[in-house]
Amino acid sequence: MLIYLLRKILYAIPVILAVNVLTFMLFFKLNSPDDMARMQLGQKYITTEALMGWKKAHGYDKPVFYNTQASSWHAFTDTLFFEKSVKLLIFDFGLSDSNRDIGQDLKTRMGPSLAVAIPSFILSIVLSIVIALFMVLYRNTGFEKFLIVSCIILMSISTLFYIIGGQFLVAKTWHWVPLSGYMPGWGQFKFIILPVVIAALSGLGANARWYRAIFLEEINKEYVQLAKAKGLSGFQIAFYHVLPNGALPILTGVVVLIPSLFMGSLLLESFFGIPGLGSYTIDAILQQDFAIVRVMVYLGTVLYLLGLILTDLTYSYVDPRVRLE
Amino acid sequence: MNHWVFLNTDLLFYLLLFLIGLYFSLVYRQEHLRRIWRTIFVKPIAWISCGVIILYLSIAILDSMHFTLKEEVRGLKPDPYRVYSVLDLILAPLPSVDEKTYAAPLALHSYQKEWQLNEQGEMQFSYVPLSYAPDLIAEARSEFSDLMHRLLWGGVCGLAFALTLMFMLETLLQIGHAIKRIFKKQPILIRPLFFWPRSSSKIVWFVLSLMLCFAVGAVLVLSKAYHVMGTDKIGQDVFLIAVKSIRTAILLGSLTSLMVLPLAILAAIPAGYWGGFVDDIVQFIYVTLSSIPGVLLIAASILAMQVYISVHPDLFPTSLARADARLLTLCAILGLTSWTNLCRILRAETLKLRETDFVLAAKAMGHRSLHIMARHILPNVSHLILITVVLDFSSLVMAEAVLTYIGVGVDPNMNSWGNMIAAARLELAREPVVWWPLMASFTLMFIFILSVNLFSDQVRKGFSPREEKV
Repeated sequence: MLIYLLRKILYAIPVILAVNVLTFMLFFKLNSPDDMARMQLGQKYITTEALMGWKKAHGYDKPVFYNTQASSWHAFTDTLFFEKSVKLLIFDFGLSDSNRDIGQDLKTRMGPSLAVAIPSFILSIVLSIVIALFMVLYRNTGFEKFLIVSCIILMSISTLFYIIGGQFLVAKTWHWVPLSGYMPGWGQFKFIILPVVIAALSGLGANARWYRAIFLEEINKEYVQLAKAKGLSGFQIAFYHVLPNGALPILTGVVVLIPSLFMGSLLLESFFGIPGLGSYTIDAILQQDFAIVRVMVYLGTVLYLLGLILTDLTYSYVDPRVRLE
Repeated sequence: MNHWVFLNTDLLFYLLLFLIGLYFSLVYRQEHLRRIWRTIFVKPIAWISCGVIILYLSIAILDSMHFTLKEEVRGLKPDPYRVYSVLDLILAPLPSVDEKTYAAPLALHSYQKEWQLNEQGEMQFSYVPLSYAPDLIAEARSEFSDLMHRLLWGGVCGLAFALTLMFMLETLLQIGHAIKRIFKKQPILIRPLFFWPRSSSKIVWFVLSLMLCFAVGAVLVLSKAYHVMGTDKIGQDVFLIAVKSIRTAILLGSLTSLMVLPLAILAAIPAGYWGGFVDDIVQFIYVTLSSIPGVLLIAASILAMQVYISVHPDLFPTSLARADARLLTLCAILGLTSWTNLCRILRAETLKLRETDFVLAAKAMGHRSLHIMARHILPNVSHLILITVVLDFSSLVMAEAVLTYIGVGVDPNMNSWGNMIAAARLELAREPVVWWPLMASFTLMFIFILSVNLFSDQVRKGFSPREEKV
């Protein structure tokens, strides 16, 4: 078990390194620090001094891979690649292009992100599973057809419309909840309820249809026939027999997402003014703050890989037949 | 008089259409594929959703034929810096109509009152009549009767068009059937009418599709006299923009698929077939790419592209060229982030196929690996390719809106649903509310994605019938 875990982590390391190099290439090779400085300072009438000053202030004035001016190992450490990329590996995020401590920002913004992401994640899964079970329970009836059609319709509406429509109706027209904003503590309930419901709704159609396919595969197996022969009701079969067995393939798709919840939702947070990591990323993209975007790309990758490992672990825990070697 | 302009995306789109044509000529020659498509199109839901897709696709094709004008044609003003499309010609003179600012759908005057000079030469706070509205006084009828008049006329035209089309298709089917029977030396009989609604569900769909044709015809005729969906902040016709956004959406979805296909096929099949070292490399690449959060990778690449464009203005002389380059980059990056899914599916299937008897037989007969992969494995995974591409199409169209809203999608000057939605956020906050641009983009996008979803569902069922036996 432990050896398996170690090997998985070892496998993840080259991937992390590759992502690191890839993002570095994207930000420092495809467009040079000069271009970046020009973008930040505005296009016209830039003097070379202003350019150099900006680069110096943000630490972009170093050579890319090898510093000929520095001595011994400083020749490698006193470079852009080391300062901006290698330091990410030990979670030293440095300063953003607007001179804020990224690590500190991440810590303070993680809470609001999770406050929205976790409830919406749970609500979405529970709702989808319940609807999928009802579809299987009432299969080949008009009710199932109605549910399937509703799922396809739900799937065909862009998340943006859910958010804009929800905000317009619930917050602006009916005044049930505040339009946007956030406060720590219990007062946040009224702020996060709408984003949570919208997040759950927007993923409902696709998830429910997917789970339905999984449950349909289960329903023809022999243990279901036996349960039916024993005289159990369809409801009991669905919730006590089909659900636990069908949960296994669902877990694969779900557990991998859990660590990524930290990243928050880009759209929801920016629309509802929640000061989480999602809106942080959006702001960085809009202000073209490459330092933050780079950190978020790296963080997202690490969390995804963590999710993959976590999936394997839960799999072996839930299904004793799966052994990790 | 006019001078054709070919954008890069246009050329790629033509190539794509050519490939689709190639696929269907292949289908026509292969009996088993033909049978599957026939079972798909027996269902009314499939042919109606396909009809809607074809309508959107033809709009995109018409909107991909660009030209510049040197003299005025059907009310389109000549402008050396502006590129028109054939769609503009059909919807003329809408592209050259300019109002001052917002106007509600089907309105005769501006949405809000303005200070202006009246006939007596004094300043007056009142509604401004729109420059593009029917002359109701000359025609001596009320707005309502004028609307009804045009609506009915357009609807009847649409219905007539639909019925003619159905009649022609039915005739073609009958002729084909007759020719087939002549070749088989059988007496010529009339085959059961395809477009004759027999079952009750078919009647519902029949009526629905006729209603759709009615609506399309009515809207088209109305747009010749009114701003059907109002105007936006700078006075452009919202209907025109929403319709022209179709090209962006379809191009994005289809060009991304065009990027995905070669990447996924060329990586997955050798990886699955040869295994070992090749497999390790391909797996490493797709794990790496799929572990980067997609939106962030796209954002990073688009930011990089933006810098590139702004540093090399000489490469992209016009704003159209810039927007076009950005769309192409977006397609390439979306392709790069989404090929991993297809690659995983194809690799798994190739691993299975590698052990099948027909592949072993081909190996024993001494065929080269490349021959086996191209002739035995590729045809047997083609249904998976088709299903995945069609299923992913709708999510690509939706991704466009989200990415554009975030600011890393298509160019802000390009007609796209994402840009319309991004603008709508402020418009909904106005008092009184400006709701029609959002409504227009929502309606067109919803109809399109719904029909793509319904169609892809039917394609999936047709190509993997095992799932539906449950």
